[in-house]
Amino acid sequence: MATTDSSAAAHDDHDHKPQGFWNRWLTTTNHKDIGTLYLVFSCIMFFVGGSFAMLIRAELFRPGLQFIDPALFNTMTTLHALVMIFGAVMPAFVGLANWMIPLQIGAPDMALPRMNNFSFWILPFAFTLLLSSLFVPGGAPAGGWTMYPPLVLQTGNALPLLIFAVHLMGASSILGAINVIVTILNMRAPGMTLLRMPLFVWTWLITAYLLIAAMPVLAGAVTMLLTDHYFGTSFFNAAGGGDPVMFQHIFWFFGHPEVYIMILPAFGIISEIIPTFSGKPLFGYDAMVYATASIAFLSFIVWAHHMFTVGMPLSSELFFMLSTMLISIPTGVKVFNWSATMWRGSISYEPPMLWALAFLFLFSIGGFSGLMLAIAPADFQYQDTYFVVAHFHYVLVTGAIFAIMGAVYYWLPKWTGHMYSMSLAKWHFWLSVIFVNVLFFPQHFLGLAGMPRRVPDYATQFTDWNMVSSIGGFGFGLSQLLFPYLIWQCSRSGQKATKQVWEHAHGLEWELPSPAPYHSWAEAPDMSILSHTAPSHDIKG
Amino acid sequence: MKTRITNARRCSGMALAAAALWLVAPGAQAAWTLNMTPGISAMSRQIYSLHMLMFWWCVGIAVVVFGFMIYSMVHFRKSKGAVADQNFLHSNKIEIIWTLVPVLILISMAVPAARVLVQTEDPVAPELSIRVTGYQWKWGYEYLDTGVTIVSTLSRDSNRARQLGSGIDPASVPDYLLSVDHPLVVPAGVKVRVLITSQDVIHSWWVPALAIKKDAIPGFINEAWFDIDADKTGTYRGQCSELCGRDHGFMPIVLDVKSKQDFDLWLKAQRDALAQPAAAPAAAAAPAAAAAPAAVAAPAAVAAPAAPAAPTASTSEPAIHVARQ
Repeated sequence: MATTDSSAAAHDDHDHKPQGFWNRWLTTTNHKDIGTLYLVFSCIMFFVGGSFAMLIRAELFRPGLQFIDPALFNTMTTLHALVMIFGAVMPAFVGLANWMIPLQIGAPDMALPRMNNFSFWILPFAFTLLLSSLFVPGGAPAGGWTMYPPLVLQTGNALPLLIFAVHLMGASSILGAINVIVTILNMRAPGMTLLRMPLFVWTWLITAYLLIAAMPVLAGAVTMLLTDHYFGTSFFNAAGGGDPVMFQHIFWFFGHPEVYIMILPAFGIISEIIPTFSGKPLFGYDAMVYATASIAFLSFIVWAHHMFTVGMPLSSELFFMLSTMLISIPTGVKVFNWSATMWRGSISYEPPMLWALAFLFLFSIGGFSGLMLAIAPADFQYQDTYFVVAHFHYVLVTGAIFAIMGAVYYWLPKWTGHMYSMSLAKWHFWLSVIFVNVLFFPQHFLGLAGMPRRVPDYATQFTDWNMVSSIGGFGFGLSQLLFPYLIWQCSRSGQKATKQVWEHAHGLEWELPSPAPYHSWAEAPDMSILSHTAPSHDIKG
Repeated sequence: MKTRITNARRCSGMALAAAALWLVAPGAQAAWTLNMTPGISAMSRQIYSLHMLMFWWCVGIAVVVFGFMIYSMVHFRKSKGAVADQNFLHSNKIEIIWTLVPVLILISMAVPAARVLVQTEDPVAPELSIRVTGYQWKWGYEYLDTGVTIVSTLSRDSNRARQLGSGIDPASVPDYLLSVDHPLVVPAGVKVRVLITSQDVIHSWWVPALAIKKDAIPGFINEAWFDIDADKTGTYRGQCSELCGRDHGFMPIVLDVKSKQDFDLWLKAQRDALAQPAAAPAAAAAPAAAAAPAAVAAPAAVAAPAAPAAPTASTSEPAIHVARQ
């Protein structure tokens, strides 16, 4: 283990871990511990949200109502979305940021370690509040994760629980984002200039700004719901001079950047994995950074493409249609750059690369349906159908979640010091990639054939594809059980991982021993230690 | 691209149907449907063509991009002894090309899309106006200036079968979840304007065959229009498409499209039926009945329908909003 590396052994001698299980994990300010907490929490939420999805797919297996009544069905779709977005995907990315950003930029820890602890420990309380709403009179929130009034105001006692839970999730994200920005801007090792940072760090820096700009807007929107319901205001009540559509504008002004909050770090991960397993540095590094920044900017001026059917003026519809189409340009640049990285490479197919390649194909399919959805007149047919459901699951499951899986398989040996079972990892990958397509591809057909989303029951002509989709859903859900088992196994045993882990892995994190010592980069590394492997960004141009 | 592709094919091994299977030979209605309907109006066919244009662009781009990726993945395998070219890292020329070419493709998509969009938002000079009101969970229709109204709810046999644990096989119910007690009757070959609003929460009125989907928003009136081909009489079905609470999945929309003559006869019969009971009961009913159509004749003067809590003139007035051109 670390004994082969004298400097790491020296670290290990005085790592001053807090002693005792509870003491360590409750009070820790160590970025690796907090990263682990985030990732474990995210994994638990992934299975909670997944179990809601299983119930949804079970009910939709056949027409007619078999298991749950429509109100509970609406609750399941609402909670599935909230848990997956705020509980699974976002904390997973924050966990990866905690673990990897200090390692990648040569910093000893995050800049604000106590706030780091606080921002994590808010989350269990937020989700306890949210999920406890399942047991209050009137039932859990059932108005959709988009919380449109006036419908959401019909929620019973769960409404304040929902709103405070969203407030807490937002606070946690904002604190996490501040920490990321301060760390990246202040704690880089000498020589780690902005344009030498790994892409994962870059995309997280940009994502953190999106979080700071978008989350307070959501907080404002839900606060207005609260005052409309309990304090007699009429922000969204037409009878009082308000406008229910204004909520949608405010919500999507948060909601569209939120989409990119969930995909930009994924872009960063893919930009780390593909070069490593292609044996050559990322193609067009600068263009990748600029493309990420332009996507972030555009994400603030496209929000009303979620609202083409609300009756906007023609000029607004035209503007939002055209601005939305523009996003495909920087996104296309990214896909082309990844493809060009593989071109004339030396490609090997370890598990992280498999997830990254699946991302490349399947995220692109989500991009294609996204481009179709941008066309406002065609969107009149797609809006609020299963076509949209298929689209955003391709982007979020085979996009964001596949990238997270790839990241875990990429960095897990660095975290645990062991290699994992390659055959089990490949089983997990192939089962996931097959079932996820059986699950979501037929939903395109269902949407085009006319099946609305968020319905517990459907006309009989939609039966066949729903059955196929449900079978894919059960298969995908069950396959995910391999994932925590594999991680548990890897944390306890397995072949010792080398420092570099992957033959062509490049970056500061691979200069540390595996597992990374509890305190790393106590002294800022000299960037010249990188020179013995191909320095990715230095030989460009 | 105007061939009818809404079809369907009954065969078992299609679980992994690829996009290539999208355009298979025609077949029965119902199961395994892959694509949307071209619809029953010039507008819906234009939107369908736009959809197919986008689809084929996406297929074309996918073939090129995925082909490039697959070629790289096969050809530059390490296991085949591929050696990485450490100099192919950056090329201004290539990067400019793959930025500009998508711009041109986007322009070629945006022009027809904008043209169709402008037409969808042009409801001027309708021959008939119908007010559509969403309720939890049914639709109300009112033929403006006639006093004829329809309340359209899920048909009884569908409603019985859809209860949790009803034991009724949905397949045994005709048009399960897509049939109503009183359909909306509309004429073919006539430009019809629909004014869409809601009485409680937001709904959305969607008829796929017309390619119309417009939200029904309490306190606001949205406009849409359609002009069904004269020969496309028959029954067409749609559903509410904005989550509106518990029974969102159970408020279908059914259109009974009649020829112009049949529609006029039907409307006259409805008006006559309306006039008869009005004569018998107290005369007080007459002014009330007359007042209602007068109020709806001018949409701008319609009181905010979602104003149950003290809708004074001053608060309901600013809430009115007719979709702008």
